[in-house]
Amino acid sequence: MNQIVEKVLFSEKVAKFVVDAPRIAKSRKPGHFVILRVDEKGERIPLTIAGADPVKGTIVLVVQKMGVSSAKLFELEVGDFILDMVGPLGKATHIHTPGTVLACGGGVGVAPMLPIVEAYKKAGNRVISIIAARSKDLIILEDEIRQWSDETIVMTDDGSYGTKGLVTAGAEMVIQRETVNECIAIGPAVMMKFTSLLTKKYEIPTQASLNAIMVDGTGMCGACRVSVGGNTYFTCIDGPEFDAHQIDFDELIMRLGGYSNEEKLAYERYV
Amino acid sequence: MSTNKEYLQIEREKEWRVELRKTIANKERTAKERVRMPEMDPQERIKYQDREVNIGLSADQAQAEASRCLDCPNPTCIEGCPVSINIPKFVKYIEAGKFLDAAKTLKETSALPAVCGRVCPQEKQCEATCFYTQKMKKDPVAIGHLERFAADYERESGFMSVPEVAPANGIKVAAIGSGPASLSFAGDMIKLGYDVTVFEALHEIGGVLKYGIPEFRLPNKIVDVELDNLQKMGVKFVRNFIVGKTASFDDLKEEGFEAFFIASGAGLPRFMNIPGENYNGILSSNEYLTRVNLMNAAKDEFDTPVIKGKTVAVIGGGNTAMDSVRTAKRLGAERAIIIYRRSRAEMPARVEEVHHAEEEGIEFLNLANPVEYFADEKGKVNRMRVQRMGLGEPDASGRRRPIVLEGSEYDIPVDLVVVAVGVSPNPLIPSEVKELKVSKWGTIEVTEETMQSSIPEMFAGGDIVRGGATVILAMGDGRKAAANMDEYLQNKHKAN
Repeated sequence: MNQIVEKVLFSEKVAKFVVDAPRIAKSRKPGHFVILRVDEKGERIPLTIAGADPVKGTIVLVVQKMGVSSAKLFELEVGDFILDMVGPLGKATHIHTPGTVLACGGGVGVAPMLPIVEAYKKAGNRVISIIAARSKDLIILEDEIRQWSDETIVMTDDGSYGTKGLVTAGAEMVIQRETVNECIAIGPAVMMKFTSLLTKKYEIPTQASLNAIMVDGTGMCGACRVSVGGNTYFTCIDGPEFDAHQIDFDELIMRLGGYSNEEKLAYERYV
Repeated sequence: MSTNKEYLQIEREKEWRVELRKTIANKERTAKERVRMPEMDPQERIKYQDREVNIGLSADQAQAEASRCLDCPNPTCIEGCPVSINIPKFVKYIEAGKFLDAAKTLKETSALPAVCGRVCPQEKQCEATCFYTQKMKKDPVAIGHLERFAADYERESGFMSVPEVAPANGIKVAAIGSGPASLSFAGDMIKLGYDVTVFEALHEIGGVLKYGIPEFRLPNKIVDVELDNLQKMGVKFVRNFIVGKTASFDDLKEEGFEAFFIASGAGLPRFMNIPGENYNGILSSNEYLTRVNLMNAAKDEFDTPVIKGKTVAVIGGGNTAMDSVRTAKRLGAERAIIIYRRSRAEMPARVEEVHHAEEEGIEFLNLANPVEYFADEKGKVNRMRVQRMGLGEPDASGRRRPIVLEGSEYDIPVDLVVVAVGVSPNPLIPSEVKELKVSKWGTIEVTEETMQSSIPEMFAGGDIVRGGATVILAMGDGRKAAANMDEYLQNKHKAN
């Protein structure tokens, strides 16, 4: 049982939760995720850790209301408990010092990107962050990203904030302007796919953090398999980060829709 | 082992056993027919995921069956039992009508009698080494059915005995994973007076007993009662905890743990790496069974989804394949098909499971192997291509090697495929403990006699060592590891 100690609404559909989890707060590293189950009837869902305070023993999770499970989690308030939480899972981000790092975050993908940006900055890199969303109200953690970035570019699809355009437009502008040694991309699969295509064109090594469907998160079920460089890997134990240029994003997008019928029915039952 | 033989002899010479042997002549005992396990009607049972197929023996049936046992001077049956249950003693207690004493006898050496009575392959173990099988060429005493009877009787009686526990010695030990190997280990260590904590990664205790074996073969409530028993003995259970991730071995050592039993299981499903295998609707048996068994996905009120196929193909011929295909039938599949590359004779599944599957209308497509999958425009599997196989010379396993019959491919329409072709060891712990010696298959290497790994305070057993075996072999490992860890720790403390 993990108690919620803070909840901040970013928008109607996105909220930040600070959750009591002392062990995880101490052992997690950037890139790690947790699996949680809200209640007895709940699904096990993976969420990448967006930050931690090892002294207070808390971790930060950012949740977007999408289906039944995320909606149930979204409804929890300060003082409520998450029934089960296990982690940290996955391989931590390989933090090194390539020089200039371009961090591209889309939607709630900015949340798991935050600790990575912080770690790259602390390691001594020049960090340029691009945070992108459909519209202004969906831009999250801007101040926190700015704190650890040499430069932060905000992009919105509708132009309601920052520069109008997709994340790739911002990325290409930076790449054409200066030498970028490494790129990270975290966000919706489609966004990562196009970011990856762009950086491939410029031959910039790129890591993408994948949000596959999972059940156990420990390698047991294989629901999260992904094709990378023609081989099948398990996102939970081999990832969640992979060489973006080798990822079969079309397969990933297809697999993310693997339970769409069942999920739709479940959501209808829920509301 | 001579002391054990002497102990068995002393038990056998107790007055009640001697008297009981005299009540029926051996000729009369051997003339009796083996009892038949009452089963739920196949057409009825396939409507329920959680109703047990085997109903269990009545007291009269159990006593009659127990009276077939000759209480041999040299009970070879025990040699076939990986956890060395005193089989004649518990069987004779049943014959004498002392069912609670029979259950107590089981618990002397087995942490999970109600589980073993249901899922052990007795036909390859105790019943294979029974005097009836070996010397008389007759059906063996139904030891498994009797074990289940005694354990069930005790549970239903409300008089569950809690085995005696030695005074606490204050030494902390950890078991990693909460499947049969760990539970068996924990049961033995707590009896010896250790402070035992079992760490489990999932949100439920029981490992494969919960996520893997379906309720129609092993109801969860049966497992829970056995877990409750261990808890009453003092075993502590910690869920949602991955040793090596949530906390490191060093952290746990700092917290006072002096030795570890690693039984993290064979938690990595194998796939065949054939074209189209990553289409939606193709999943591992681990995923399929976990969704249904652990997450209750087939029930509407639970949030976890599961795809309910109309034509379901299950690839493989083992017990997990049988569990998967029979689950598919229960979830409403019109056709549920086993596809296995060898013939029926080579299938590793228990005969009983194959028989039950057949009664339930499962189709068997033997000597066939998938080569490719096809999908609709959304990426959902709708067809598979199989190739016919023949049988060649025996291979390393002693079974005839399947060989491809060229040009024999044909297609089968399917909308769900469950791949049950085996598992690999879970790499989480070996990858966190670099000094731990592992084989090229990723299994943890241990000294066979002691279950001790290359790191003295780490013992290991079950599928992380064996790579994919049975509940009872895992339990045997747990017992062996407990005995040897005890010796290791006692020596260590003496030296200090």
